[in-house]
Amino acid sequence: MLPCGDAAVLVEVDDLETVLRLVAAVEAERESGGFEGVVDVVPAARTLLLRCRPGGRALGRSVARLRELELPDEPPAPGEEVTIPVVYDGEDLDDVAELTGLSPKEVVEHHQQTQWRVAFTGFAPGFGYLVGGPSSAWGSLEVPRREEPRTKVPTGSVGLAGEFTGVYPRSSPGGWQLIGRTDAKIWNPRRKSPAMLAPGNLVRFEQVDV
Amino acid sequence: MVETTGPLLTVQDLGRPGLASLGVPESGALDAGALRLANRLVGNDEGAAGLEATLGQVTVQARGSLVVAVTGAPVPVTVDGRGHGTGSAVTVPDGSRVELGAPASGLRSYLAVRGGIAVEPLLGSASTDLLSGLRQPLGEGDEIEVGPDPETPVPPLDQAPVRPPTSGVVELRVVLGPRHEWFRKRALRTLAKTRWVVDQRSNRIGLRLDGPELERKVTDELPSEGTVAGALQVPGNGRPVLFLADHPVTGGYPVIAVVVTKDLPLAAQAAPGQEIRLRAVPGPDLSASGDPA
Repeated sequence: MLPCGDAAVLVEVDDLETVLRLVAAVEAERESGGFEGVVDVVPAARTLLLRCRPGGRALGRSVARLRELELPDEPPAPGEEVTIPVVYDGEDLDDVAELTGLSPKEVVEHHQQTQWRVAFTGFAPGFGYLVGGPSSAWGSLEVPRREEPRTKVPTGSVGLAGEFTGVYPRSSPGGWQLIGRTDAKIWNPRRKSPAMLAPGNLVRFEQVDV
Repeated sequence: MVETTGPLLTVQDLGRPGLASLGVPESGALDAGALRLANRLVGNDEGAAGLEATLGQVTVQARGSLVVAVTGAPVPVTVDGRGHGTGSAVTVPDGSRVELGAPASGLRSYLAVRGGIAVEPLLGSASTDLLSGLRQPLGEGDEIEVGPDPETPVPPLDQAPVRPPTSGVVELRVVLGPRHEWFRKRALRTLAKTRWVVDQRSNRIGLRLDGPELERKVTDELPSEGTVAGALQVPGNGRPVLFLADHPVTGGYPVIAVVVTKDLPLAAQAAPGQEIRLRAVPGPDLSASGDPA
């Protein structure tokens, strides 16, 4: 556990799988009234950030509770299933093919055939970090970020970075390798569920023409 | 109606806490205490939406009679040219112009209107979040709706005594971590010793601090991780960025230290060109169970 100011703690674990089990345990307890005074739970690739109301005992209590917490064997049950139509014409598709030793067509096939799951959200509102299931071909799509991040990545760009795939919910700078684009409304703050790629959701990408 | 906005004029309330897991920053008034005070002065709920002015220079014209109060960075306040102080309720007749001058010290002033600013809440808040593009800054000619009068009367208080922000060196207390061990020992000394200068490119997302490079010991790429307001994130150039309310909820650069919650409003009032000193204080005890106080 690493200190993060006077009102938060960053819990570092070995892998994403453990992060997800930890989130499941924390959220289950929050639902039954536990972790009082916790404002935000922010999972990421190797960490879980727990932010508490400042000034009181919330942080101390939460840390003590975290230490006793028993992790479930499985990550949390999946949420909604969503399908995202993609035009696979990204500027980095050829680079990704070269980096993975696949053909551009195989990259597209692997990306489509993988059952993805939103592990967590970050970077920007509604930006989900999607990971593939253990039995899928996603592992072969692991690529580093671009050496030079782009100053502007268009809304709806579909990219790859590290163990993740993701969709840019709005135009922003970004360093992911772009393989395609979608016109699905990934983020809409006026919708009841503003994030289409909310943590836990299962995602399939489906190739479309233009 | 907004006639002039100064460098940046936004609608703010107390933000959107609890949505970080969707990637949504907390946002909200950067000097929340000042907004709360302005609201109390006009009899509003403390969390009502008001205007956050950056470096003043704001003119608004009243449609109908209004009661307003200005707090935060002290600016000259005039109603149709007549001077009023900050920190007190002022009645503004229909058609009159309220003008905020440039602050003598500090950066952000708050204008509360009795009844609050009435805008459609987005994700439960009226706040303008520059990172997410939730609501845009106000522009010249924008009409701002005012909500209905609250039940609470305008309190019979003349002037609220508040200490204005300093125009000198701003001292901020920091707790080292979570990633201070990714830096050379020398960097930790540099962090505490330097008079950091607030860069012009600072905004509601973060204060860019100019000074010597904070050298890394570990040069690995950091997998993105959750961050908090007050975090001093150190990107590739070695100069820290102090995250404010519109900061991204995760970041991929190591955070060397975090400003304590109580000092965040001071950071929010540090103007470009102003100097900042960071003083390390002990953090909460994470090893023991129970009360960290």
